[in-house]
Amino acid sequence: MASARARNIASKIIMYVILIIFAFIMLVPFVWMILTALKTNQEAISVDPFYIFPAHGWHWENFAEVWQSYNFLYLYKNTLLMILFRVICACLTATMAGYAFGRLKFPGKNFFFALVLVQMMIPAQIFIIPQYLMVSKLGILNTVTGLVFPGIVTAFGTYLLKTGYEGLPKDLEEAADIDGCNIGQRFLRIMMPLTRSSMVSLGIFTALFAFKDLMWPMIVCTRAETTTLSAGLAKMQGQFSSNYPTMMAAAVLAVVPMVVIYVIFQKQFVEGIATSGGKL
Amino acid sequence: MKEKALKKKRTQAQKREMIWAYCFIAPTMIGLIVLNFYPAIDTLWQSFCKTGDFGKGNIFIGFANYATVLSNSETWHSLWNTIKYALIEVPFGVVIALVLAVFLNKKLKGTSLFRTIFFLPMVCAPAAVAMVWKWLYNQQFGLINNTFGTNVAWISDPNIAWISIGIIGVWSIIGYNMVLFISGLQEIPGDYYEAAEIDGATGIRQFFHITVPLLSPTTFFIVQTRIIGALTIFDLMFMVMDKTNLALQNTQSIVYLFYTYAFTNGNKGYGATIVVVLVIFIMLVTFILQRAEKKLVYHP
Repeated sequence: MASARARNIASKIIMYVILIIFAFIMLVPFVWMILTALKTNQEAISVDPFYIFPAHGWHWENFAEVWQSYNFLYLYKNTLLMILFRVICACLTATMAGYAFGRLKFPGKNFFFALVLVQMMIPAQIFIIPQYLMVSKLGILNTVTGLVFPGIVTAFGTYLLKTGYEGLPKDLEEAADIDGCNIGQRFLRIMMPLTRSSMVSLGIFTALFAFKDLMWPMIVCTRAETTTLSAGLAKMQGQFSSNYPTMMAAAVLAVVPMVVIYVIFQKQFVEGIATSGGKL
Repeated sequence: MKEKALKKKRTQAQKREMIWAYCFIAPTMIGLIVLNFYPAIDTLWQSFCKTGDFGKGNIFIGFANYATVLSNSETWHSLWNTIKYALIEVPFGVVIALVLAVFLNKKLKGTSLFRTIFFLPMVCAPAAVAMVWKWLYNQQFGLINNTFGTNVAWISDPNIAWISIGIIGVWSIIGYNMVLFISGLQEIPGDYYEAAEIDGATGIRQFFHITVPLLSPTTFFIVQTRIIGALTIFDLMFMVMDKTNLALQNTQSIVYLFYTYAFTNGNKGYGATIVVVLVIFIMLVTFILQRAEKKLVYHP
C-alpha cells in the first residue's frame, strides 16, 4: 500500500514538473515580448541574459511611437469590423442553411449538401486568385467589404449547424406545427434559440480565423489605413526591422485585445474550439 | 374522397416545406457557387493560360505552365520544404499535446491555469507570434543565443532554419491539439481505468493499452487535419523569412511560392498552376490517409 502511495506521489511530481516546464516554454516568448517593448533599443540589444527588466524606467513611449507612426486606431477598427461582419454573415447564412439541411425535407437535399462537403474538402488556396480578381473588379479593394467578401458564407458553419439542428428532439416541432406555426415561425421562435451553443462555437471559430488570417488582408488591403492587424504587422516589420522595442510594442498591441477577450471568455473559447474544431 | 383531400393537403404541405427550404439554403448555395465553385474552376482554367501584361487577357497555352512548374526545381524544393515542416510540426505537435492532455485530464490542481497557458498561442495572430520568435532567434541579440551562450544563425542558416520554423509551428499548435485531445479523453468511460486499476496495471500501461487505442479516432482526426494544415503553411514562413534571407530557398513553403508568383510577381497563370499541383498533392495525401484509417484506428 505504502509503495503504491509513494508511486502515486512520485508520478504526480513528474507530471507537475513536465507541465511546469512546458508552461514556462509557452510563456517565455510572451514575457520577453512585453519586457522588450518596455526597454530602450540600447537595453534591448544588451547581450547580458540576466538583464531581464528595463533598468532605467519602463519605456511606455515605445507604444505611443508605434501607435502614432502606424495608426493602430485604423488597424483595430478594420480588424474589428471585418470580424464583426464575418461573424454576423457566417452565423446568419449557416443557421438558415443548417436548419434546412438538418430538419426539412426537400428534393435535391443530398446533392446540395454534397456540394457543402466538397467545399470543405478543397484547400482554400484554390479560391484566392479569382476571389481577388472579383474584389478588384467590384472596386472594393482596400475596403472592409473586400475583407469580409470570402467569408460571407461558410460551408463548415453550415455543416456545424446542421449537426446542431439534427441533435434536437423530433417532437419539438410537431407541437408547434399543431399550434399552426409555419416553418419560418418554428425556425425563429423554437429551433434557432436552441442551437445557441453551436452558433457561439461558430462565432468564436470564425472570429479567431478571421483575426489570424494574413494572406487575404495582405492581398486586398495594401494601404496601411485600410488593412488589418495581421497584415499591418507584416508591413511594419519591413519598416522597423532593427528597432526591437518598437516591433515588440506593435506585437503586444496586436495580441492584447484577443488575449483579453480569451481570458474573459475562456470557457466558451475552449469549448467552441473543441466542438467546432473537432468537426472540421 | 377524404383520402384524396388529405393527400392533396399533404402535397401542399410538402410544397410549402420545399419552398421554405430553398429560401433557407439559397444564400449559402449561391455564395458557395459564386465564391468557391466558380473560383475553383476559374483557377483551373487560368492554370492553362498565360497572364497577359498588366494582368489582362488570358492566353490559352495548354500545359505549358505545368511543364514549367514541374520541371522547375524551385517547385520540388518548396514542396520538400513543406513536407519537412510537416514532419516536425505534426509528430511533435501531436505527441506533446497528447501527453499534456493526459496529464490535464488527471484532475490535478491548477489544471485550468495550465490549460489557459497552453492554449494562449492559439488566440494570437501568427504574424505577431513570428515577430516575437524572430526576435528570440536573433543571432546577435536574441534571448536564445544569449542565454545558452551560443552563436547559432537560427533563421539564416539553411540547415537550421527549417527546424527553427518547425519549432514555432509546434509551439503555436500544441494548445489547439491539446484541447481536441482533452475532449476526446473525456469520452473514454472511467470504468476501463477502474478495471485496469484493480488488475494492477500502472499508469503507463493504462496509457498504452486503454488510452491510445480508445483515443485513436481523435488522434487520427487531429493528425489528418494537421497534415493538411501544415502542407498549406504560409504565415510563419512569410513573416520569418525575408526576401533577402539566404535560407529562403531551403525553407519557403509551396503556398509561399504561390503567393510570390501570383501576387508579388503578378503571374496569376503560373500561380494558379502551383495551386492546382498543391491541391492534387493534398487530395492524394487525403486519399492515402483515408485508406490507412481502417488499419490505424481502433474499431471496437
